[in-house]
Amino acid sequence: MADANGHDSTLSVRGVSKFFGGVRANNNVSIEVQKGKIHAIIGPNGAGKTSLLNMISGFYVPDAGEIVFEGKTISGMKPNEIAQQGIARTFQNIALFRGMSVLQNMMLGRHVLMKSGVLSSFVYWGKAEREEVEHREKVEELIDFLRLNDLRKAPTGELAYGLQKRVELGRALAAEPELLLLDEPMAGMNQEEKEDMVRYVLDIAEQRGTTIVLIEHDMGVVMDISDHIAVLDQGEKIADGTPDEVRANPRVIEAYLGAGHGEAA
Amino acid sequence: MAREDTLPGLVLRNAQVRPTKPAIREKDLGIWRTYSWADYAREVTEFGDGLAAMGFGPGDKLVVIGDNRPRLYWAQLAAQGLGGAAVPIYQDAIAQEMAYVLADADTKVIVAEDQEQVDKILSIKGQIPTLEYLVYDDERGMAHYDDPMLRSFPAVQELGRSKTGAYVKSVDALTPETIALMSYTSGTTGNPKGVMLSHGNLVETAKTFVANEDVRESDDFLSYLPMAWVGEGMYGMTVSILSGCSCNCPEAPETLERDLRELGPTGFLASPRGWETILSQLQVKANDTTGLKRWVYDTFRKAAVDAELAKAEGRSGGLGLKRLLGEFLVYGPVRDQIGLRRARWCYTGGAPLGHDTFRFFRAIGINLKQLYGSTEVSGLVSLQKDANVNPDTSGQPCPGIDVKIGENSEILVKSKGVFKGYYKRTDASAEAFTADGYFRTGDAGILDDKTGELLIIDRAKDVGKMADGTAYAPQFIESKLKFSAYISEAVSFGSDRDFVSVMIAIDPNTVGNWAEKKGIPFTNYTDLSQKSEIRELIATEITRVNTTLPQSVRVKRFLLLAKDLDADDAEVTRTRKLRRAYIAERYAPVIDAFYSNKTEVDLRTEVTFEDGRRSHVEARLLIQDAA
Repeated sequence: MADANGHDSTLSVRGVSKFFGGVRANNNVSIEVQKGKIHAIIGPNGAGKTSLLNMISGFYVPDAGEIVFEGKTISGMKPNEIAQQGIARTFQNIALFRGMSVLQNMMLGRHVLMKSGVLSSFVYWGKAEREEVEHREKVEELIDFLRLNDLRKAPTGELAYGLQKRVELGRALAAEPELLLLDEPMAGMNQEEKEDMVRYVLDIAEQRGTTIVLIEHDMGVVMDISDHIAVLDQGEKIADGTPDEVRANPRVIEAYLGAGHGEAA
Repeated sequence: MAREDTLPGLVLRNAQVRPTKPAIREKDLGIWRTYSWADYAREVTEFGDGLAAMGFGPGDKLVVIGDNRPRLYWAQLAAQGLGGAAVPIYQDAIAQEMAYVLADADTKVIVAEDQEQVDKILSIKGQIPTLEYLVYDDERGMAHYDDPMLRSFPAVQELGRSKTGAYVKSVDALTPETIALMSYTSGTTGNPKGVMLSHGNLVETAKTFVANEDVRESDDFLSYLPMAWVGEGMYGMTVSILSGCSCNCPEAPETLERDLRELGPTGFLASPRGWETILSQLQVKANDTTGLKRWVYDTFRKAAVDAELAKAEGRSGGLGLKRLLGEFLVYGPVRDQIGLRRARWCYTGGAPLGHDTFRFFRAIGINLKQLYGSTEVSGLVSLQKDANVNPDTSGQPCPGIDVKIGENSEILVKSKGVFKGYYKRTDASAEAFTADGYFRTGDAGILDDKTGELLIIDRAKDVGKMADGTAYAPQFIESKLKFSAYISEAVSFGSDRDFVSVMIAIDPNTVGNWAEKKGIPFTNYTDLSQKSEIRELIATEITRVNTTLPQSVRVKRFLLLAKDLDADDAEVTRTRKLRRAYIAERYAPVIDAFYSNKTEVDLRTEVTFEDGRRSHVEARLLIQDAA
C-alpha cells in the first residue's frame, strides 16, 4: 500500500467511525501510518483520540470503515489477536500488576511470544527452561535499554509515576511489536521525566525500527519528535501533515492552539 | 617471563602463572560475567596491537571516560604496554570541563563508554587538535554516527588480530621509569594539573600496601570508585594486577547497593560520604521497621558502641554473652545486608570521617580504618593498623615512606610513590618539592611523637586567622558540622572576621525523612531548606557542635542554602572538595549579609545540568543567629 508520496503504509485507518449512543466519538477518520516513523495524534479533550487508539488495538470495534495492518484487515479482531499481529500499546492510566516486580511485569509482556504448552511448562526442565532463559535475556536487554537495572526486583506499585510509565513501555516493548501505540506517554510527568521519555521514544523508533503512534497533549513534545501529525477535533480529522504544516493550519490554530494555548504550551 | 615491575608486564605474568583465575568481572544483563587472567591478557593484547596499528606509541596519551568497565581497564593497560600513558577522567564532568584536560594532555585516542560520552567529545573535538581516534565501548545508539574518527572497541581489536606482535614486544621494552598514568588533580584552585605517575610509582606503592595489609590472590574488590581517582587506580587496578585478585564492575551506579551485597568484597574502600550514606540508609530502614526489631537493633547497637568507646578509653568492654547474642541477632545480619560480611579490611580516606560513623562500623565488627594519601604520592602515605585505630588520626606512615612536618605544619613526603612532576608544568613541578626533595602535600598536619601517627588538620593554605589573631581552620569546623546526619555540606567563613559564619546545605534524605515524621509538608529541596522547623533543627545541631569548639571559632550566624553544592556548578571538585575562592565569589551577597547584620538575602544562583544546560534557582534565604 503506498500513499501519494510513494511511502509504504504499515497501518491504514480508512473512514472509521464510532458512536456511543448519540455521542459521535469518531466520524469518518482516515490515517496512514508509515513504517518506522513516529506518528502523533493530537486534539483537545474529547476529540476522539483514545477511542481511535482503542479501535486500532481492538478494544472497540468500529461502527463503520476498516483498519488494515500489514495488508491484513484487523478491525473486528479481538485485542489478543491484534497483539499477535505485532501491535502493542500502553495505557493513559497505567495498567500494570502493582504487586509484581518490574521484571515479572515485563516478562508478562512476552506472553504472546511464549510457545511452551501447559504440559511442558509444568515439567519446566528442558524446552520450557530454555525458552524462559531466552525470554529473560530479551527482557534484560530491555531493562538495560530503559535503564531499569536497579529496579528489576522492585514491586511496581511502589515506583514513582514516571518510572511506572517507563515499566509499562517496557512491558509493551517486550512483545517485540512492529507497531507501538502510546496513549499519552508523557501525561502527568515532570519536565525531567518527559525528557527521558522523549529520548526513549526516539530511541525505540531509531534503534529498534518500531513504528510508533502516539497520542499526546503536550504540543511542544509532539512538534519536536513526530514525523507526522494528525489533528482530531470533535471526532473528525481536521488536519494531517508534517509538524510545520500542522502548525500553520488555520483550523488547527482555531481548534486546538487557540482554545487551550496557554495550557498546552 | 614477563617483567614484573610494570603493569602490562604483571598482566602477562598473571596470564602465565594463574591463567584461569578470575581477573575481572562485570555485571551485564543481570549476570556477573567473568574474565580470567588469560582472557584479560588476550583482550589487552588485541586492543594494544590494534592501537599500535593505528599509530599509537611511546609517549602518546589515551584517555578513558566512563563508569568502571572491563574494556576501559583493558584500554588503559594496552596504552601503557605501548609505552604511552593512560589518562582516566571523571565521567560526570560536563563537556567544557573535559575540553581543558583533553587538550592539556595532548590526547591522541579517547575510549568512551557510551553514546552520552561520545556526544560530549564530538561537541568539543575542535578544541582537541591532537585527537585522532574516538573509540566507544557500548554500541547502543551509535548506528547513525559517521564521524571519521569513531571506531568501535571490537573493531580496534579486530585490527589488532590481523597485526599481532607489536604489543608484547613493546611490553618487554618498558621500564619502571615510563609514565603509566596521568591523573588530573581535582583543581580546588586554578586549572587541573596532570600528575605523572610511572609504572615504578604505582607498582612500588601497591607493594607497600600489600606488605602492610592482608591481600590475597582469592580477594574480590568492587570497582565502583571513579576511574579518574587515584584511589581506584591504586587500590583497584594496581593492587589487583600485582596480587592477582579480581576487580568487579557493578552493573550501573544505581545498582551499587545491590551489587555490593551480591559480591561481598573481601576488601572495601569508600569515601567518608560513602560510609555516611550506608549508615543513614541503615538508620532509615531501622526507623521504618517494627517496634520490636527497632528495639533489638537500638539496644545492641548502643551496647556495641559503648563497648567500642570503653575499648578506646582503655577500659575493658566486658560484653561477653551480649556480644555473642548481638553478633547473632544484629551485627552479623547487618554486615551481611550491607555486603561486608566477607570484608577483612575497609578503608576511608580523602576527608575526615565523623567519630560516630567511624565507631558505629567498628562496633558492628567491620574493620574500618583510615588511610591518608594524595594523587601525587600514588595514593598512599599512612594507614591504620588493625589493632590500633584512633578515629582522629590517619595511622602511621608506611615503612619506606618518609614523612616530616615542614613550615606552616605542612606534611612533606618522600617515597617511591612520589610522582614525576606535573605534565608540561615545570614551574608547578618545581614548586611542589622542597630543596631537599620532599613533596609538599599542601596538607597541614601533626606527627605524633609518641605513637608516630599522622593527624591531618586542613589544607595548609586554608588555615587563616580571625580578626583577633586566633588560628582558624575552616575544614576543622566544617567536618564537625558535616558529621551531623542532617548536614550534607558546610562552608565556613572567618578569616580576618570577628566571628565565624556558615552556609549549610541540608541532606535532603535525612531531613526529608525527619520532616515527614513531623508531618511537615514540602515540595522540593528549596522549599524544604527554607522551612522554619528545619532551620531550628539545624540550629540545634550547630549549638551541639559549638560546645566542642573553642570559644572564638564558634559559629555565630548561619543560613541554609536553597540547593546542595554541586560539581556541575563548579562549587566543589569531582571529589567533593570545596572550591573556596569560587564559592566566596559566587556567594558574595551571602557573606556580605553575614557580616552586615542583615537577616535575609535574595540569592539568584545559576545551576548547570549534567548535559551542560543552565537554569536559575531564586530564593530568599533567612539568616539566623546560632546560640
